[in-house]
Amino acid sequence: MAQFRLPPNSRVVAGKTFKAPAGAKNVRVFKIYRFDPESGENPRVDTYEVDMATCGPMVLDALIKIKNEIDSTLTFRRSCREGICGSCAMNIDGKNTLACTKATEDIKGEVKIYPLPHMPVIKDLVPDLTNFYAQYASVKPWLQTRTPAPPDRERLQSKEDQEKIDRPSACILCACCSTACPSYWWNSDRYLGPAALLAAYRWIIDTRDEATGERLDALEDPFRLYRCHTIMNCTEACPKDLNPARAIAEIKKMIAERRH
Amino acid sequence: MNTTTKHPRPLSPFMHYRWQYSNTLSILHRISGLGLAAAGLVLLIYWLVAAASGEEAYARAQEVFASPVVTVLLFLVSLAFFYHMLNGIRHLVWDTGRGLERQTARKSGWAVFISAILLTLILWLVIGGAA
Repeated sequence: MAQFRLPPNSRVVAGKTFKAPAGAKNVRVFKIYRFDPESGENPRVDTYEVDMATCGPMVLDALIKIKNEIDSTLTFRRSCREGICGSCAMNIDGKNTLACTKATEDIKGEVKIYPLPHMPVIKDLVPDLTNFYAQYASVKPWLQTRTPAPPDRERLQSKEDQEKIDRPSACILCACCSTACPSYWWNSDRYLGPAALLAAYRWIIDTRDEATGERLDALEDPFRLYRCHTIMNCTEACPKDLNPARAIAEIKKMIAERRH
Repeated sequence: MNTTTKHPRPLSPFMHYRWQYSNTLSILHRISGLGLAAAGLVLLIYWLVAAASGEEAYARAQEVFASPVVTVLLFLVSLAFFYHMLNGIRHLVWDTGRGLERQTARKSGWAVFISAILLTLILWLVIGGAA
């Protein structure tokens, strides 16, 4: 059942403000969700004034600057800083995206930064992705075959067949899509979510894979697949410009078509 | 997992998620569907019962339907009807695997939204012209 209020232990309270240094000319205000598991207190939103004259262009640059120069307790995941690792996925300015590829300049007014929505928070901007990864593993994201491999070479496929899986394979599992989906918020215990379903699709349409039937069987379920109501928030959120909504529609279509 | 923490893991906020065309049109589809089922059905049943109960009851029903409150309600029901129907067709097209590209889905969303308003206005202009 859809739930609209956060449980009492999750409600956000007012936080601290860190003023910009005197003489800063180009100040932007960052409002950042904070949760310290050691404090015993509810999450809060802290305000940081950042002098953009000495800050890089991306939201991740500002987060790193805050951590280095203003408040070292700020906690977030980041690694590649070029949109390929998916670590710095978070909710910025109301939408899920990667902090490293989102320009601060493109955001109007205060920059509001929250963890990925409707997830258990470990600390600050770090959500617990255990369930998300388990769902990915549940679609068996590897090649399954019954026939023996050719003795002298790999299992080959045509250029056209490869191109079909090119885009879905580009998923970096950042979880922006799944945690943008209202259906996933309210059913993530049973609905696989767009990221896991996109991965499932990638193997279903792989011409070398020989478990297509079993893969479709596993998804033919009122919750695992059909909690998708084509809201399209996933496709709107994807920082890699992939289309999980289309992949899910294709899976539904394949299940419908194989009945005839 | 939480043995060293003093506070159970909170659920991150989600109700602040940006209203975009995608989630907005989706929730409107649900609201219009509920509205149609609730208000539409009640009005229809009342009208049928009144018609079956005889001339006097039917005349009273006609007065009720002409009252400003019910007229506004009927206007909303017609808007919900057109929106729900057009967006339902959009969903049917999606189920064939078409129109799911980001830009196409945005355009079809706007088309449905604007067409629903236009069709409702046309319907009420026609009703107004006939009355």
